[in-house]
Amino acid sequence: MPEGKQITLTQMQIGQSGIVVQIQSGHGLVNRLSALGIRPGRRITKLSSMLMRGPVTIQVDRAQVAIGFGMARKITVELD
Amino acid sequence: MKILLMGNPNVGKSVIFSRLTGVKVIASNYPGTTVGYTSGFMKLGDETVEVIDVPGTYTLEPTCEAEEVALRMLATGDTVINVVDATNLERNLYLTLQLLERARPVVVALNIWDDTKHRGIYIDLDKLRESLGVPVIPTVAVTGEGMKELVENIPKASSPDTPVRGRDERWATIGSITDQVQHITHRHHTWLERLGDASVKPLTGGIIALAVLASTFTVVRFISESLISYILDPLFNTLWAPVLLRLSDLLGGTGLLHDIVIGKIASGEVNFVESFGLLSSGLYVPFAMVLPYIIAFYLVLGLLEDIGYLPRLAVLMDTIMHRLGLHGYAIIPTLLGLGCNVPAVLATRILESKRERFIAATLISIAIPCAALQAMIFGLVGERGGQYVAIVYGTLFVVWIILGFILNHTVKGFSPELLIEIPPYRLPSWRAMLQKLWMRSYGFLVEAVPIILGAVLVINILYFLRVFDAIANFTAPVVTGLLGLPKEGVAALVIGFLRKDVALGMLAPLALSAKQLVVGSLVLAMFFPCIATFVVLLRELGVVNMLKSAGIMISAALITGGILNLIL
Repeated sequence: MPEGKQITLTQMQIGQSGIVVQIQSGHGLVNRLSALGIRPGRRITKLSSMLMRGPVTIQVDRAQVAIGFGMARKITVELD
Repeated sequence: MKILLMGNPNVGKSVIFSRLTGVKVIASNYPGTTVGYTSGFMKLGDETVEVIDVPGTYTLEPTCEAEEVALRMLATGDTVINVVDATNLERNLYLTLQLLERARPVVVALNIWDDTKHRGIYIDLDKLRESLGVPVIPTVAVTGEGMKELVENIPKASSPDTPVRGRDERWATIGSITDQVQHITHRHHTWLERLGDASVKPLTGGIIALAVLASTFTVVRFISESLISYILDPLFNTLWAPVLLRLSDLLGGTGLLHDIVIGKIASGEVNFVESFGLLSSGLYVPFAMVLPYIIAFYLVLGLLEDIGYLPRLAVLMDTIMHRLGLHGYAIIPTLLGLGCNVPAVLATRILESKRERFIAATLISIAIPCAALQAMIFGLVGERGGQYVAIVYGTLFVVWIILGFILNHTVKGFSPELLIEIPPYRLPSWRAMLQKLWMRSYGFLVEAVPIILGAVLVINILYFLRVFDAIANFTAPVVTGLLGLPKEGVAALVIGFLRKDVALGMLAPLALSAKQLVVGSLVLAMFFPCIATFVVLLRELGVVNMLKSAGIMISAALITGGILNLIL
């Protein structure tokens, strides 16, 4: 199976979905994201992003989570 | 025996707590409504047991003050009712597993059960019970469904042998549990979900936010002014005024006792704002000036809270709030501050760092006028013209921005980023909303009326003893020289420490110009917190930071007042 394109959450278009492959961050943030259901292997959909490096909103399972721009940049997603 | 209600944020713990204990607590549709713990009692068989409503937490590795409270509480409990959001089973089970690993007897309340059906989620309860090894009771806390079964199952809470796992292992275990017990079918978006998505997009979200802001303002003013002109003013003027005039005659028309009880009566008429007696201004200010505004404000706030709008506003405001050294979620304590600064300062616990909490609490104390003060600003300043009210609000907003900007650049450290769950929009239950409104309005009356009456008494005695005259001469250079107020105005600043609504009322008899009234209201709003807020600030910030915060308040008030005195 060919690998899909890997980009960061901030680079994703609104409405695109993909699988989280990596979170390049320290233990603390990885834990917090993980507690909200965002961790490698999970499928997420980008719902919106605010202007001027504002937060990104994503759908993961049946929950919506808003993530600050800097954090969102550390999340790598493999597009469907 | 002590029972703890624990679970992820915004799963309905507080509603279940109210159902079990009968103790009314504030519940809303956003994560982090409960930041401290509340305890109550319930009957379990013949025994009376203590139940504790613990702040929500995603994991037992705390990331903010509210979650630290949760962890400390866990050590003290005997049994845990783990409240689980049935529509987000997987994520919620993470905490469940952590609780089981700690060998606490657990019973699971599978809440928001009614939502699973129309969200296309099917959960096999028997299999879930078997996998977890503890009782699992489906509940709908807002309607009370399943509460009886939940109570019956508390004694059956069990702590099955659970190995302590690492994070990834835990998620793997959860994955295999949900694969077995949960089946999800696809379904279409509801209109509430579409509206929810539109609220966090820049363009549509901005339009929605402006519409919400404008209608909030209109509705609050319409309701409060209607209550005042059609109900409360007529009651005071036609029913209460004649009683006071009779009483005034009985008390001889003058004298210390007369002035304390009735206040100053000029030309046979009771001026409820200016007379300053216990039975005149002492009752009129809380009941006819402030209460209508409190009712109107909390009705609208409660509606926004229960629908689930506030977290979305946080997302929209995030970029702006970062300039003030905060992140978007700080908008929630800030909005609460427009009601009362006390719960607002407590609500800063949902912010992650000490730095953010210091900045948020300081900004709230300075630039966010509580509902009681706003009611008086509308009542007294509004009399001179809407433009003066606009100057007061505009100045406070500018101070909020500039001061936040300065604090962001001077307070050490950096502010963490926004990371919040956005709850689905829910149609609020009218019963729950009215109950919350009642709690808050009643809370205002029992807390404010005694202090207002006490303040009126103290004011009369201090005037009688000429204490204010002594202070006035001493502070005249600042009050008159810098702020351009009559030197007697200092009495209001002193009383502002007790209650700001009464304090602003003290400016009414001084025959101030509109400009002086604007400066007076602003300095009063910013200068120093009222005693109730002061106590909470002291507890939440500690002595050193409280002193810093107070220094900022006093300087900001004097600078702003001085500048306005010059330019207006």
